[in-house]
Amino acid sequence: MKAWPALVSGVLFGLGLTLSGMSDPAKVQGFLNITGDWVPDLIFVMGGAVVVTVLLTPLVLKRAAPLMADSFSLPLTAALDKRLIAGAILFGTGWGLSGYCPGPAAVSLLYGYKSTFVFFIAMLLGMSLEGRFSHWLSHSER
Amino acid sequence: MNQYIAPLAGGLLLGLSAIWLLISVGRVAGISGIVWGSITGPDRNWRWLFIAGLLLGGAVTHMVIGQSIPSPSGAPLWLLAISGMLVGIGTRMGGGCTSGHGVCGLGRRSPRSLVATLTFMAFGVITVFVLQLINGVSS
Repeated sequence: MKAWPALVSGVLFGLGLTLSGMSDPAKVQGFLNITGDWVPDLIFVMGGAVVVTVLLTPLVLKRAAPLMADSFSLPLTAALDKRLIAGAILFGTGWGLSGYCPGPAAVSLLYGYKSTFVFFIAMLLGMSLEGRFSHWLSHSER
Repeated sequence: MNQYIAPLAGGLLLGLSAIWLLISVGRVAGISGIVWGSITGPDRNWRWLFIAGLLLGGAVTHMVIGQSIPSPSGAPLWLLAISGMLVGIGTRMGGGCTSGHGVCGLGRRSPRSLVATLTFMAFGVITVFVLQLINGVSS
């Protein structure tokens, strides 16, 4: 596969995250604060993004192959298992605590705030420890 | 309504980014997976280029368009560390984040991604609700 198209995609993603306000953790927490002083902005962000992908993804996947790679690399797992749910619960909780998810945190590294670096390093540490954590979780169930 | 034009335009760009990555090289624009794969995976080149582009795109918004840079998170550093750990463990365990499940997965009409998205949105809402309660009590 060619690698350069990923640069184009990254630029669009970085523009989208910052223009939309997703890189502002206060706005994200305001959006999640539905029982308080709700900030509806991110409905438009998620809505805009999902409208595009819902409409265009089926057309793209009708192709036999992508334009510049041999095949599509899509997730193969289909099971609605405990790992999926537990992972989404942990992720959602972490997301609410700071207002950062991986994309906004990555693009916010630009701003040079100590808080973003702490979040990002901790996220990488969490990713590296996930295997052990899952192992411990599956053994503690027995 | 004007205040929602930038969020909508940003959202459309996120969607187009995901579609471009899919049609050009057949990959999913899931940031947690791209970040982790850039360190551990095979095929690191495209992932590093994506991350470089991400930072470049962010810089363009602030330097060229002139949008002001948001304030840092007001959370204490220990809470950010816990938050980051949970996001790191959770995105790997659940196989995606807001972008991989929320933007790309919903586009493929993946049941896994729908369940994951509803779950992490719900727990994001619950967490902020609890934070508000605690702040209300302490202030």
